Amino acid sequence: MKLIKLRKWWYLISLIVIIPGTISLVTSGLKRSIDFEGGTQIEFSGTQNQTKLEEVARADGLENFTITKSSTGLIFRTKTVDSEKEKKLKIDVESQIEGAKQVRIDNVGPSISSEITRNAIIMIVLASLVIVIYIAIMFRKIPKPANSWEFGAFAIIALLHDVLIVLGVFSLLGRFYGVEIDPLFITALLTIIGFSVHDTIVIFDRIRENLVRGSYPDFETAVSVSVYEMLPRTLNTSFLVWVILLVLYFFGGESIKYFIFALLVGIFAGTYSSILVASPLLVTWEEYKAKRKSREKKQRRPLFKKR
Amino acid sequence: MARMKNKKNNWIRVILLVLFIVFAWGVDWPKGIDIKVPKPKITFEKKAPFVFFATDGNLIDYKKDININQGLDLQGGSHLVYSVDMSGVAEDQRNDALASLQKVIENRVNAFGVSEPTIYTGKSGGEYRLTVELAGVKDTNQAMDLIGKTAKLDFREMDATGQDFQKTDLTGSDLVRATVAFDPNTNKPYISIEFNADGAKKFEDITTRNVGKPVGIYLDDNLISYPNVNQAISGGKAQITGEFTYTEAKNLAIQLDAGRLPMPITNIERRTVEASLGQDSIHKSVVAAVIGIIVVCVFMISYYRLLGVFSTLGLGLYMIFMLALVKLFGITLTMGGIAGLILSIGMSMETDVLIFERIREEMRNGRAFAHAAILGFSRAWTSIRDSNAVSLIICALLIWAGGTIRGFAIVLALGIVVGLTTTFLGTKALILLIANRKFAEHNWLYNVEREKGDK
Repeated sequence: MKLIKLRKWWYLISLIVIIPGTISLVTSGLKRSIDFEGGTQIEFSGTQNQTKLEEVARADGLENFTITKSSTGLIFRTKTVDSEKEKKLKIDVESQIEGAKQVRIDNVGPSISSEITRNAIIMIVLASLVIVIYIAIMFRKIPKPANSWEFGAFAIIALLHDVLIVLGVFSLLGRFYGVEIDPLFITALLTIIGFSVHDTIVIFDRIRENLVRGSYPDFETAVSVSVYEMLPRTLNTSFLVWVILLVLYFFGGESIKYFIFALLVGIFAGTYSSILVASPLLVTWEEYKAKRKSREKKQRRPLFKKR
Repeated sequence: MARMKNKKNNWIRVILLVLFIVFAWGVDWPKGIDIKVPKPKITFEKKAPFVFFATDGNLIDYKKDININQGLDLQGGSHLVYSVDMSGVAEDQRNDALASLQKVIENRVNAFGVSEPTIYTGKSGGEYRLTVELAGVKDTNQAMDLIGKTAKLDFREMDATGQDFQKTDLTGSDLVRATVAFDPNTNKPYISIEFNADGAKKFEDITTRNVGKPVGIYLDDNLISYPNVNQAISGGKAQITGEFTYTEAKNLAIQLDAGRLPMPITNIERRTVEASLGQDSIHKSVVAAVIGIIVVCVFMISYYRLLGVFSTLGLGLYMIFMLALVKLFGITLTMGGIAGLILSIGMSMETDVLIFERIREEMRNGRAFAHAAILGFSRAWTSIRDSNAVSLIICALLIWAGGTIRGFAIVLALGIVVGLTTTFLGTKALILLIANRKFAEHNWLYNVEREKGDK
């Protein structure tokens, strides 16, 4: 019973996490990878000598580039360069910097990057649409005192909560550690959206079932019992996915590290929000409605007396 | 009655399961029986409103196809996308021109000695594109130089020695059209070519000079045909006849066309990954998958006990089926695909957890295991259906969007379907097999406390 009683604390914790990320998101946005921005990115392994790479690149007549460290080497990024200069840089770097080896080149032209960006936006819009339709279908029939659009609205609030956390975390990571979002990040986001909505709906579904049965003294108890009944299921499934993601994060390949990290954050947030935000919010909302009703009654009373 | 029906259904399930396992195992096993089945080929019959499935006589040979296709990011290689400048080509000829261009690039790449290059064309946002995927190429720059050239067609005549061809002033730009036609008398295909006024004059001069001798047609400095000149040809219209099959004639026409059209191509995307990087990713993923699976199984068995054991067996099935499908469909596994594969293991376990929790709940309410098991599967179904439907729709969106994330989405979608199959076929069959036995009613087996006194 405690979980629902302590709801104000859960809201507070959510806000503490969401607010800094959202501020960062609004002020500095997300750092986009070359897939969205266009340009050339070259990865060298076997060296961490940033200044030397800078020297070599300058000697090759390259300007306006950035060099960042990765766990296996260095990442060189610039606006699109032609393949001749690219070739020269590879030869010069590999011959002049000991141990350096070019392991990856990505060169994305403006028409490709704008297409990738467009597709990403379309995908997110379509996915959101699918989710809203899904929620609408799921909650056609909800018994009093709740109504279906309220359940739907809170499922969407929980979803926004999770998405905001992930976006915020990546905005902060981008700001302080240069972490970029790429098409894989969009994929992670969509996966999270699906997971989060489903997690919330499973609990809401149980609340609905228990409300129909109607054997609980009040709304809060019904919600609370439902949350507890679904707790093993929610925690176990999230735990399983989490374990797999953690293993992938620590042992999996470098190229999917942040993709996995996004999923880790998103699925944690999804589990948290479905248990500790979405369901308690239903209770808070019912309370608010009840209060408003009684206030309205009080305000009406003098009116009746006058008559 | 219901119980009888369930029993019967379960035997069907068991038989299906065994058949599936045998088939999947046959596909998976690297040096097993050499299965050969006709390779399905979808042919579209334009007149009928149906799509016919026909075989083209080729056999799928699993012994040869045993290797899983690795994406460029895993085996190393280059992914090159070109934008094709169609401004010099008439609107209605652009699709044909693109096909010609693809043919030309294919010839060049093959000449470069790349094993199994993948070349495809398409149109995106009003832009014609050509994509070339080269696996395991060491020198991408050299390959790019070769691909990037504009095709060059020219006609050559015999030199004084009669041994060699020498260049003339007649080139692809003088050509107006090259098409395949059929001789109405013999029904044999031939190539009809047509020159512009300038070209007609040059062609007339060349044919006049070379009656009885061959004229060489060169594409990118490679001899593609050397028809004999029977007579001087004026008017700029000529035919190349010979013992062609239709395909040969078509290919020649396409090559002539490619040399005719000025279609400069510009590289708009290139991604190159060293093989070493990809191999490293594979090793890491294998380690990750093994650790992940062990942890998941240990958790499932310690929490759900007997049900967890079934779930673990189901996971084994899942892996056998997935591997078979990846091989059968020739799915190219990328880094994203591997992540999708491992993630889908987690998702298929989620299905099991939903069912097991429901079974335990029914048992807690005092039901017998035999009854609770059946209820668990049926009552958890709506929830399972909904969650998987949403995931599948999202996968469909991702597959549609394409690009680097397609691999992830395809494998995840496949994983969801296979996960459902193994749970409702394999795990369910095993659970129902023991459901009516006496030992199956021990609470310890399910980590559950049961209220007393129910059926």
